[in-house]
Amino acid sequence: MKVVVDEEKCVAAGQCVAAAMDVFDQREDDGIVVLLDENPPAELAEDVRNAAAVCPALAIRLEE
Amino acid sequence: MAEADTRDLPDESLYFYQDERDAKCPFAPPPGLRALNDRGPVTRGRIWDGSTPWLVTGHAAQRAILSDPRVSSDDKRPGFPYPNRAMAETAHHHPLTIFNADGADHTRIRRMMTRPFTRPRMEALRPDIQRFTDELIDKMLAGPKPVNLVTALSLPLPSLMICALLGVPYEDHDFFQEHASFATRSDKTAEDDRRASEALGGYLAALLQKKMEEPADDVLSDFAARIKEGDLTLPEATLLSMILLIAGHETSATMITLGTALLLENPDEIARLRGIEDTRDAANAVDEILRYLTVAMFGQRRIATEDFEFEGAQIKAGDGIVVPLPAGNWDPEAFPEPEKLDLTRKANHHHAFGWGIHQCLGQQLARIELQVVYGTLYRRIPTLRLAVDRDELEFRRADALAFGIKELPVTW
Repeated sequence: MKVVVDEEKCVAAGQCVAAAMDVFDQREDDGIVVLLDENPPAELAEDVRNAAAVCPALAIRLEE
Repeated sequence: MAEADTRDLPDESLYFYQDERDAKCPFAPPPGLRALNDRGPVTRGRIWDGSTPWLVTGHAAQRAILSDPRVSSDDKRPGFPYPNRAMAETAHHHPLTIFNADGADHTRIRRMMTRPFTRPRMEALRPDIQRFTDELIDKMLAGPKPVNLVTALSLPLPSLMICALLGVPYEDHDFFQEHASFATRSDKTAEDDRRASEALGGYLAALLQKKMEEPADDVLSDFAARIKEGDLTLPEATLLSMILLIAGHETSATMITLGTALLLENPDEIARLRGIEDTRDAANAVDEILRYLTVAMFGQRRIATEDFEFEGAQIKAGDGIVVPLPAGNWDPEAFPEPEKLDLTRKANHHHAFGWGIHQCLGQQLARIELQVVYGTLYRRIPTLRLAVDRDELEFRRADALAFGIKELPVTW
């Protein structure tokens, strides 16, 4: 799985961090998404799919 | 303001949004609204001024419309479907805010406000939220009973938290709670609105000026620094502070009160809540309560900026669009058996905080406050119960910005 984030679209809702904190973080300054792991391990795949599904700004794209 | 008589005559058979909730099931969305879910994801409805905006009720359709660039939040566009007369009368002098700005304007304003509300920062506040909650419950247990939960816990907790975050002295809470609750009332006039925002604005502007001289580690100091750097004007910073102060009060308080009343009717779910140890399970339980109650029941309001077809509906430029969030959260396609409160349901895709770029800025703070409060209240007071009959509870009118209960007398 490859994760791609779009900083321009991000509105810092924090939902990705709540869903998968090992893969996503938020920038200190303005809360914009920080991708910690662009190729997360298989055991995190479900959490990452959930993170993408609950991003209100559709800023997370997955290449499975 | 767009007058009703300039619109098409309303069709009396159209669903009237908002109708009141059913007194027998006050925690469920109004029955008429729920019935719309059977008529497809998009219908036309009638609102208070007689106009007939589109109602987008399906969960998937709500996501699509709230992410659609052909739809605007600009409440100055003629035909905008206001939730009530007070909003209609005041919208024309609303400045640009996170609520009514689109696109790049929205991004610019929102990014100035997001820093204090990130998930990691809110997680770091969890011990403070726990301490405040325990102190308020200690006070409750030490005092006379029954007690009104609204003034004992529901309002003070979010108020203490938002004050600490913003750097507003909690000692002034009587003053700003009065104005904050006033700002969200549906029966205010434009003149009332002006007076309340002047009082609150004057107070916050003076605080911001003080923070320019004596900065601390809080949001107002942050805004004060931006004023000094020329990124914000004092009136802009005052407005941002006012939005955060008001939004930080009402909604979380309402969810604490209503959620408690709902749980007291579901003892099996309280037992389940008490057994939860994993923080993710606790988070999930709170998301289910948020889904079930959806206090922002007036929904999100939008206006189409061009003609387009959506879910079989021919939407025209200038058409009002109402997105009743409780309907999406009770859409059986997204949440099977929606009337069942099930704290094990995977519910974090609910729309209680809205959807799209305008989704609630303070949602992570609200979530953690609720996780701590619901988790602590029934553990500390296992015999907690209503001190009056459920029928005696007075619910807020359906056109209030947040659904709620005025007072919740409890005993133990």
